[in-house]
Amino acid sequence: MNSMTPNCPLPLADHPKVLMAHGSGGRMSAQLIDKLFRTAFDNPDLDTLHDGAILTLPQYLQQPLLQSLPQQQRIAMTTDSFVVNPLFFPGGDIGCLAVNGTVNDLAMCGARPLYLSVGFILEEGLAMQTLWRIVQSMRTAADIANVHIVTGDTKVVERGHGDGMYINTTGIGVLEHEQAIGPTQVHAGDAVLLSGDIGRHGMAVMAQRENLSFDSHLKSDCAPLAEVVLALLKAEIDIHCLRDATRGGLAAVLNEIALASGLQIDCEESAIVVNDDVRSACEILGIDPLHVANEGCFVALINPTDQVRALNIMQQYNTQAALIGSVQKTASALVTLGTAIGGKRILDLPTGELLPRIC
Amino acid sequence: MKYIDEYRDGEAAQQYLTAIKAITTRPWTIMEVCGGQTHAIVRFGIADLLPDDIHLVHGPGCPVCVTPLEMIDKAIAISSLPDVIFCSFGDMLRVPGSAQDLQSVRAQGGDVRYIYSPLDCLKIARDNPDKHIVFFAVGFETTAPGNAMLVYQAAQEGLNNLSVLVSHVLVPPAIQTIISSPQSRVQGFLAAGHVCAIMGTQEYTPLAHQYQVPIVVTGFEPLDILQGLYMCIKQLEEGRCQVENQYARVVTEQGNTAAQNLIAQVFRITSRKWRGIGDIPQSGLSLSPQYAGFDAEQRFGMAADTPVEEPEECISGLILQGLKKPKQCTAFGKACTPEHPLGATMVSGEGTCAAYFKYST
Repeated sequence: MNSMTPNCPLPLADHPKVLMAHGSGGRMSAQLIDKLFRTAFDNPDLDTLHDGAILTLPQYLQQPLLQSLPQQQRIAMTTDSFVVNPLFFPGGDIGCLAVNGTVNDLAMCGARPLYLSVGFILEEGLAMQTLWRIVQSMRTAADIANVHIVTGDTKVVERGHGDGMYINTTGIGVLEHEQAIGPTQVHAGDAVLLSGDIGRHGMAVMAQRENLSFDSHLKSDCAPLAEVVLALLKAEIDIHCLRDATRGGLAAVLNEIALASGLQIDCEESAIVVNDDVRSACEILGIDPLHVANEGCFVALINPTDQVRALNIMQQYNTQAALIGSVQKTASALVTLGTAIGGKRILDLPTGELLPRIC
Repeated sequence: MKYIDEYRDGEAAQQYLTAIKAITTRPWTIMEVCGGQTHAIVRFGIADLLPDDIHLVHGPGCPVCVTPLEMIDKAIAISSLPDVIFCSFGDMLRVPGSAQDLQSVRAQGGDVRYIYSPLDCLKIARDNPDKHIVFFAVGFETTAPGNAMLVYQAAQEGLNNLSVLVSHVLVPPAIQTIISSPQSRVQGFLAAGHVCAIMGTQEYTPLAHQYQVPIVVTGFEPLDILQGLYMCIKQLEEGRCQVENQYARVVTEQGNTAAQNLIAQVFRITSRKWRGIGDIPQSGLSLSPQYAGFDAEQRFGMAADTPVEEPEECISGLILQGLKKPKQCTAFGKACTPEHPLGATMVSGEGTCAAYFKYST
C-alpha cells in the first residue's frame, strides 16, 4: 500500500472526472476503491475487502456486557448509500432498499443485524406524502428484518441538487459464532451456492426508469437475507465466504472473491436460474443477466462436505437456491462459466455502466 | 424461454459438432461477418468445440467498432455545445475519440442521453423546443430503417430542432474489400442474418459468383452458427460457391422491401471511412438531398474531416480483415483493455478484441 501522497493515485489522464461507471460495481468501481480510497484510508480492518468491517470489541468492554456470546466478542459494521431512481419501482422502493441493503451487508459478514442509523438527503420540493410512504416502508422492512432504526440525520438540499431523496444507512450487528467469514477464507474445493434466481432488481428498475413497455411482470427481489444466513450458521455449516450479488451482479461478486482469494471459480451457466421475464428483457437490450444487480440474492462459498445440508436449508427460504460451481486451485484467479452447449468461457467483471447494445 | 432455448440446446449442438467433424476433411478458414455472431461464438465457447481444421476469423461487422475516429470526435464536439441534447445508442457512449468519450462529455455537464429507439428522439425534440436534438445515426443496414424513419417522421412533423449525425455503413462492400485483398485467407463467409432480414439475400449472389466463395446467411444463436458453419463447410468440401440461407425463419430472398424503400428515400449511398480499414468506395449511407436539412454536420459546420491517427501499436485493421487474431497483438490485455481501448476492435462489446478479452479462455 502506498503511503499518502498529495497526488491522486488514479491515472488522471484517463479519467480526470468521476464517471457514472465509477459507481457501477464493475472494473472502474474496483479501481476507484483500490487506488484511491484504500490508499487514503489504509488500515487492517479495511483491508479485508468485505461487505462490512468485523471489529473485535476492546477487552474492557467484553466480559460484563454480553455473557451469552462467544469468548472473543466481535461486531460487524457497514454503511451503504441509496440513490435509486425512480424512488418507487415494482417490488420495492428506496426505503426498503436502504434497510435491506445494509441488513444484507451485515448478514454477509455472518452477523445478526441489530441497529441501523439513517441519513436522509432530501431535495427541496419533495412531496411530504412521498417521504411518509418511504419512511413507512423503512419501518416495515426494519420490523421484518428485526432491526431497530436508532439514530438519524436529515439534510435538505436546494431543488435540482438531488433526485428527490438519497438515503444512507449504517448498520451494526453482532457475530454469535467464531467462524471467520470472508473472501480470504475461501479454499480450493469449496462449493459455490447461489440463494435464488438473478437479475430481477436491476431489470425491474431499468424497465421502470426508462419507461420500457415490456409486457412482463418484472419485480425487484429486494428482501432481507439475515434469516437464512443465521439458519446456516446455527446448523454449523462451515461457511468460508458470503456475498450478496448487488451492483455488478453475480459476475462482479464472483470475480471479487476470485481476486481476493487468488483462486479460480468454475460455474455452470445452466445451474444459474434466470426467470423468463428477466431473460427476455436482457435479450432485447443485449445485457448479460450475470451483470445485473440483485437485492435479495447471495452466494455462499462453503466446505463441500456441508453442501447438501446447506442447500437444503437455503431451499427452505428460496426453492431456486442451487449449487452453481466450485473453487479450483489454478495459476489464475479467474471465473469461468461452462456454457449451455458444452463450451467454456471467462466470466469477466462488467466494464462500467450497463449500456444497451446497438444491435 | 421460447425461441431462445431451442437454439441453445446442448444435445442438438453436439449433433451439429459431430456432423461438422464428419464432413471436414481438410483445413478451412471461415469468416463470420457480424459482431453479434462473434459475440455468440466467444460467449458460448463455440470455437474451442470445433475441429482443429476449422479456423474462424472475425469480420468487420460491429458498427460501434468501425465508426471512424473523426466521426466520434465530431459527436463529442457537437455534444459539448450548449443547448444540444445529444442522443445515441448506448454502447457508443464508451467509444473513445482522440481525446475523450461521450461519457466524459456527460460528466462535464453535456446533455448526452442513450435511447432505446431512434424514434425516442422525436418526443425529446417535441418536449424541448428550445434545445437542438442530435441523434448519432450509426450502424449497418439493420439500424438504417429505424434511423431513416426518425428523419422521415421529423420531416413530416416539421421538427426543426432535430438533426442526425450519420455514419452508416454497408456490409457487401466490406465483404468485397476483404475477399479481394491479396492477403485474404477467408474461404467462406457467414453473412449477417439481421442485415439480410432488411436487405434480403440477393445482393450476395454476385459476390459468391465473382469471388467463388460460399456465403451462408446465418443467425446469432449457437445452433444457428453451428448450422451455418455446417452448411458453409459442406459447400467448401463439395466445391460449391452459393448463397444459402440458414436464417430462413427471419430472412427472405427479397428482404423487407418497405424498409428498403424508406432507406432509399432518406439516404443515398456514399463512400465511407471504416475505422481500422480505411476508405471503402460506396460503402456507406448519408442523407439524400431531400433530407439534407437534417444533417448535423451541415448544421454545426463540421463537414470537413480532420484526419486522426490511430495508435501505432494497434492492429485492429488486420483483425477486422481477419488477418490477425487479438492474441497476436502486443498491446492486447496490456496497454489495450475495454476500459482503455486503443482501437476499433476493443471499443465495443461486439468487437473481436473485447469479446476475446471478456470471454476467451
